[in-house]
Amino acid sequence: MARVLLMVGTKKGAFLMQSDGDRRDWSLEGPFCAAWPVQDVAWDPATRSVLAAAGNAWYGPAIWRSPDLGKTWEHSSEGMAYPEAETPVVAAWSLLPAGDTIYAGVEPAGLFRSQDGGVTWSHVSALREHPTSAYWGPGAGGLILHHIVVDPADPARAWIAISAAGCYATEDGGASWEPRNKGVRTDFLPDVEPGTAEVGQCVHSLQRDAAGRLFQQNHCGVYRSDDGARTWQEITAGLPSQFGFPVAVHPRTPNTAWVVPLDEDTRAMPGGRAAVWKTTDGGDSWKQLTAGLPGTQAHLNVLRSALCTDTLDQVGLYFGTGSGSVFVSGDEGESWTEIARHLPAVTSVETVVLEG
Amino acid sequence: MATVILPASLTMLFPGAPRKVEVAGATVREVIAGLDELWPGMAARLCDERPALRRHITVFVAGERTDLHGVVPPGAEVHVVPAVSGG
Repeated sequence: MARVLLMVGTKKGAFLMQSDGDRRDWSLEGPFCAAWPVQDVAWDPATRSVLAAAGNAWYGPAIWRSPDLGKTWEHSSEGMAYPEAETPVVAAWSLLPAGDTIYAGVEPAGLFRSQDGGVTWSHVSALREHPTSAYWGPGAGGLILHHIVVDPADPARAWIAISAAGCYATEDGGASWEPRNKGVRTDFLPDVEPGTAEVGQCVHSLQRDAAGRLFQQNHCGVYRSDDGARTWQEITAGLPSQFGFPVAVHPRTPNTAWVVPLDEDTRAMPGGRAAVWKTTDGGDSWKQLTAGLPGTQAHLNVLRSALCTDTLDQVGLYFGTGSGSVFVSGDEGESWTEIARHLPAVTSVETVVLEG
Repeated sequence: MATVILPASLTMLFPGAPRKVEVAGATVREVIAGLDELWPGMAARLCDERPALRRHITVFVAGERTDLHGVVPPGAEVHVVPAVSGG
């Protein structure tokens, strides 16, 4: 029988939750990773391991690995370093297992990859060597590479998102990169015509749907790209705020995505009413989803990696909050249940469906 | 040989590592290299790629604060101390 493993990153360690396919009753274990700040937890199908991207103010970056669903853990950052004299890597922020390669994004922004299951790492140096990297500037969360997307049909094609630099793409497995931010506003750059800056965009999350369309939640709106990020169309209209952090896409149905709009000033859900918003037409229209979510005095925020789906036939949706709650929907967001509360601030949620 | 006193928040990352250990080395860098031989990966927890001690790690040799170049006399006590910070 299928089991759902929900991997939760928090500011004080990783947690693992499990349920059967009904997604009603959940176990909760943790905190793991010595209660380090964990920014992303992912499943590596190649090694059948849980991986956690972490960074500790004292001991630096590390990728934690558990081959047995949290019973034992090891950690490593071997090779996860910039050349001597550069500002050192302080934390790992994002993970993407893709075939026999695992990618990791770090702070300050850069990309590493591992081909031995996360034990040793090598720098994908062409990204930081791009001439526009001189214009990268840290957002409120730091100068971080927080999302990595790889084309499953052609692993040499990949996109990454950096706050605040924007989206970059490679067509040759990371040997060369180009910024792809055309059409994305940078309202905080006062002297730039909207949508024309080559880099400097404050992208908050980046996902690719089953048809290859890219979606991004940005500091300045929600966007979709139908041409591999070469141009972006704004799809904010219909949402209560242009601001938010995560975006999630349906694992099989194109043009279906979810966002969590936040008030731009308070960085909390508008009006104290918790809601997730869904589109089924690529962002032409949005529907507010609130059933089962707190409706008053719910000043929740959801960070850039804290919204995800699962891959069951009836797709589940999950989000974690800065106040330490995790909500699950077994019906694509139509109705919600709180399955954990009082955790440390949630930074990420990801799922994998395990058989047996 | 130096006597190195390690913080619990570090030894908990390396199963079996004691809080107090005898390690050879004439400088702090050599002592940390000795720790890394005993527990691979420990040097990366204490030092970054500049190379330098990580920002919130302090090392005292015989009671004096020093850096990677600090001289470690035979028999000296080396204290590795994480900053009291965070929340």
